[in-house]
Amino acid sequence: MAEEIRLMKGNEAIAHAAIRCGADGYFGYPITPQSEILETLMELKPWETTGMVVLQAESEIAAINMVYGGAGCGKAVMTSSSSPGVSLKQEGISYLAGAELPCLIINVMRGGPGLGTIQPSQADYFQTVKGGGHGDYRLITLAPASVQEMADFVGLGFELAFKYNNPAIILADGVIGQMMEKVVLPPFQKRRTEEEIRKNCPWAALGKTADRKRNVITSLELDPAVMEENNIRFQKKYKIIEKEEVRYEEINCEDADYLIVAFGSMARICQKTIEMAQEQGIKIGLLRPITLWPFPSQAIAAYTDKVKGIISVELNAGQMVEDVRLAVNGKVKVEHFGRLGGIVPTPDEVLSAIKEKLM
Amino acid sequence: MDVNEIIKPENLVYGKPRLMNDNAMHYCPGCSHGVVHKLVAEVIEDMGMEENAIGIAPVGCAVFAYNYIDIDWLEAAHGRAPAIATAVKRLNPSKMVFTYQGDGDLAAIGTAETIHACNRGENIVIIFINNGIYGMTGGQMAPTTLEGMVTSTCPYGRNVELNGYPLKISDLVAQLDGACYVTRQSVHTPAAVRKAKKALRQAFENSMNHKGASLVEIVSTCNSGWKMTPDQANKWMEQHMFEKYPLGDLKNE
Amino acid sequence: MAKIKGAVVVNNDRCKGCELCVVACPADVLALQPKEVNDKGYHYAYMKNPDNCIGCASCGLVCPDGCITIYKVKL
Repeated sequence: MAEEIRLMKGNEAIAHAAIRCGADGYFGYPITPQSEILETLMELKPWETTGMVVLQAESEIAAINMVYGGAGCGKAVMTSSSSPGVSLKQEGISYLAGAELPCLIINVMRGGPGLGTIQPSQADYFQTVKGGGHGDYRLITLAPASVQEMADFVGLGFELAFKYNNPAIILADGVIGQMMEKVVLPPFQKRRTEEEIRKNCPWAALGKTADRKRNVITSLELDPAVMEENNIRFQKKYKIIEKEEVRYEEINCEDADYLIVAFGSMARICQKTIEMAQEQGIKIGLLRPITLWPFPSQAIAAYTDKVKGIISVELNAGQMVEDVRLAVNGKVKVEHFGRLGGIVPTPDEVLSAIKEKLM
Repeated sequence: MDVNEIIKPENLVYGKPRLMNDNAMHYCPGCSHGVVHKLVAEVIEDMGMEENAIGIAPVGCAVFAYNYIDIDWLEAAHGRAPAIATAVKRLNPSKMVFTYQGDGDLAAIGTAETIHACNRGENIVIIFINNGIYGMTGGQMAPTTLEGMVTSTCPYGRNVELNGYPLKISDLVAQLDGACYVTRQSVHTPAAVRKAKKALRQAFENSMNHKGASLVEIVSTCNSGWKMTPDQANKWMEQHMFEKYPLGDLKNE
Repeated sequence: MAKIKGAVVVNNDRCKGCELCVVACPADVLALQPKEVNDKGYHYAYMKNPDNCIGCASCGLVCPDGCITIYKVKL
């Protein structure tokens, strides 16, 4: 059977993919530029077909706590928002990480700080990969660069979240959320039954049966010795994720003299920059991190002897560049180029920046 | 007749409910929480719902409620229990879902979650312990603290010009179309305990009959925070708390 | 007329000596141990006047710690 190709926005693709992946619940609150996720789900009425619960919450805080509730029952639940709303969710995200609950969060980033702008941005990189909420925790962070990846990363996000009992986040930007392009949606998967959840997630608070002790979903532990043990367990898990789950894409890197590191919509723009550079006889490669945490540090470090310089191109004032610098540890020059506040640079702006900063 | 002749299983008339486990409770001597925990355990047991009950514990003194009642629990962030209960119930309509929250948790930081969960008519039970003070953190002023009442953050008594008025949140919830049952009870006398148990039973039944949100406020004491003996605290509650928070049903539909 | 006789068993380890059972008892059965304390240092409740007990369960109902078990017989 031929694959069905659809044309839709990145945000809409997330909604369709969620239903098809067998998600149990979505809890959201409107904010531009991601409201189409909630709107599309409400229009598709999955509660009549798959039984998926969709609810517009009274706030982003309530929405993330609904996710905590659903995740605590072992359900595949998700929420989405944009930067200011994701700031509000940080409390809940920290609790989810602390209680080791799997869930999927989507941030379709807009420019900040504060209320900022509704135009695209990647300025929540630090918030997402360095913490955001309180405590030593990590979020599995997927950065889509196409509508197809918006759709694909819903299933992948849930898969990783349940594999590691850890929240996963799709860190998209307003460009990817709003742009329309072709997409092949994932096949329909059935939602798990309660019996399947009880089997696969024996920790889930689904009602205590006679054959087990009560399940308590909590991040609280007053005994510091036990709390330290908990934290050590988290860190061990994070180390495994860092070893196993790094994802990235390399384009024209093989004999490149210069390397661009860029993610999301910025990586797509940089592909055009590479083509323009080629026409001018300049060999530039692009390394696109697909997972921002775990970060492809080793993959980037492998270029220290091969390229004359690396530039991290971001829709922010220089955030991922710090991780690129950590990866190469001073062995090669690393610069940053970015536009701020919702401005998206053109491919030749990027090329000019490379010439100015690296050549 | 010798006492030992009476103490036989066939003569048993009252004991700790089976669902309340043997963990020693961390509450101060005489704390109302213990009585309400016992009632919750009894009602779940009486309804035969121990395999279907899911509790949401708050932040505050009752944060460890999950250590004492032998059912599955989720521990919430401060004030967020009704949002968590919303999702748990919607995703598991056959479960009996309740929150157990104090007045700081429910009526201050969690006001929005409380009002909106009730307004949506979520089929959950909210058990609201109102003792007019923040117990766990050491006796600070709550939204429910009475005018003139002394706490560690209103050491000269609650002054309404500075701190506003005591919040009667059950009265607010009773105005909401999504709330089917709002009642104010206490557990300071045997008769009050019996009535409170009936109220809890009705609230839990409402939730299983999908009638909407039920809120059971228990006007309670915090004898440590109030700096009284448990008995003095009960008497003070009768004299002062009941005037502002009169007992009885505010709504029963 | 049938006479009712009750008996109260206090879980001494669980009891925190809050005295609410003593206050709730309508028959002056209970008191706190004047000298003896449990492992936590509480003067726990006990039947001071066991003959008075009518097994009404008032003490059990108000006990916050679930320490009290009540038995009753009709004579």
